[in-house]
Amino acid sequence: MIEFREVSKRHGDTLVLDRVSLRIASGETVVVCGPSGSGKSTLLRTINRLEPINSGSILLEGQDIHGPSLGLDALRARVGFVFQGFNLFPHLTALQNCMLAPMHVLGLAPDAARARAMELLARMGLADRAAAWPAQLSGGQQQRVAIARALAMQPAVLLLDEPTSALDPEMVSEVLLVIRDLAHQGMTLVCVTHELGFAREVADRVVLIDAGRVVEVAPAASFFDHPAEERTRQFLAKLRSPFAQPTALEPAALHAKIS
Amino acid sequence: MSSVLHDYWAYFLVGQYPNGPLGGLALTLLLGVSAVTLALPFGVLLGLARLSPWRALRWPVMALVYVVRGSPLLMVVFWAYFFMPGSSGRGNSQFATMLAALVVFNGAYLAEIVRSGLEALPRGQLEAARSLGLGYLQAMRHVVLPQALRNVLPSLVSQLVVTIKETSLGYIIGLTEFTFIATQVDSQLITHSTAVYTLVALTYFALCGGLSLLARRLDARSGPQAGPRPGGWAQARRAVPA
Repeated sequence: MIEFREVSKRHGDTLVLDRVSLRIASGETVVVCGPSGSGKSTLLRTINRLEPINSGSILLEGQDIHGPSLGLDALRARVGFVFQGFNLFPHLTALQNCMLAPMHVLGLAPDAARARAMELLARMGLADRAAAWPAQLSGGQQQRVAIARALAMQPAVLLLDEPTSALDPEMVSEVLLVIRDLAHQGMTLVCVTHELGFAREVADRVVLIDAGRVVEVAPAASFFDHPAEERTRQFLAKLRSPFAQPTALEPAALHAKIS
Repeated sequence: MSSVLHDYWAYFLVGQYPNGPLGGLALTLLLGVSAVTLALPFGVLLGLARLSPWRALRWPVMALVYVVRGSPLLMVVFWAYFFMPGSSGRGNSQFATMLAALVVFNGAYLAEIVRSGLEALPRGQLEAARSLGLGYLQAMRHVVLPQALRNVLPSLVSQLVVTIKETSLGYIIGLTEFTFIATQVDSQLITHSTAVYTLVALTYFALCGGLSLLARRLDARSGPQAGPRPGGWAQARRAVPA
């Protein structure tokens, strides 16, 4: 569904992405992790052309995303993007946030857009908050509205850029559970995150990026239990808390927290 | 002052109308409202063009804004009067001349206010809008401009009040607006200058002060929608130490 072919990108002299090749299948959930500044967010942002690339190509359903003949807005309408900082439109209610693009990009009638938005907000557990302004919502609620807003375009793939990094700890799990449900429903997901407990349980494959290079791509279980690369072992060791409790939420702890 | 008002109120209000061209306060209001109505969209367009991704649009507009902001309004009025095609020496054309000068002059100032509002908005707003598939202009219209204009509303209003005051410069090119009428009345009465110009001052004060007050009311009432600041803008402003 998404294919990176030898993709490179530079900012001045720094190589942000270095000949990245990667294939993501339809319905697959891929978690991208790596130290800060490694290029993982940039990687995600190249998929809907928020960032240009210098060489190589990225194919979405066989279509060259950075090719000259592509209709940019049509591409973006098929690629949902969820930001670390939510980026809800503060002058619109939760419901209006989810209706704007379906009405003006897909040409949906207001009633149809409203019905679709309400259904998605209900799926996010936010049916009763539809009329709220973003500023009246908690961080976790805002991020769930942002996910509903992206899904309202019925995208072929959903990209999530550190969706829980800006949240207070007690709101992380409500957002992660929503994403897990999407993964189970067969949505194609690419998620940049530091929530390794989530990655282990939900991801089909985990990618480690370091200094713009793909270090390791492996099914979640083997990535965490038997990493092939020394760099992966170092990275995982660094994420372990110096204290007794692990930093990342283990799946068991995640469940305990929700129920 | 009351005798001045008693004898000349009609002249102050409408000039020689209906026996001659419309003038006085009515003409001032007509000119002010027309200028504001045209300058605001013109300023928004110029502001957008200033930040446009297309250089061919950005540079000429930048030059226009710099030149106009670097000249006194009186110069712009003279330019319009002497150089605007078909503007001089014809019937009531002082009105068109003055209107053009006010729209261009205030459009340039409004453009900079609009630009500051656009630039102050977090980048993520445009990115989020574009990521949903909205085109550049759609994103501007539905996401960026509504927020940016709202954030610079106080500056916009003060510029619009300035525009009303600037209509008085029409006096220079013989436009029979309120100030022009006052000079006529003054030269007829000779000895009542204080009364005449006090009346002029009070009238402009009532007009512009009233507008500022109205704008402040609107501003405060938009509170609930303002979202980020529950309690409204008025409260947010008071919280800032003087």
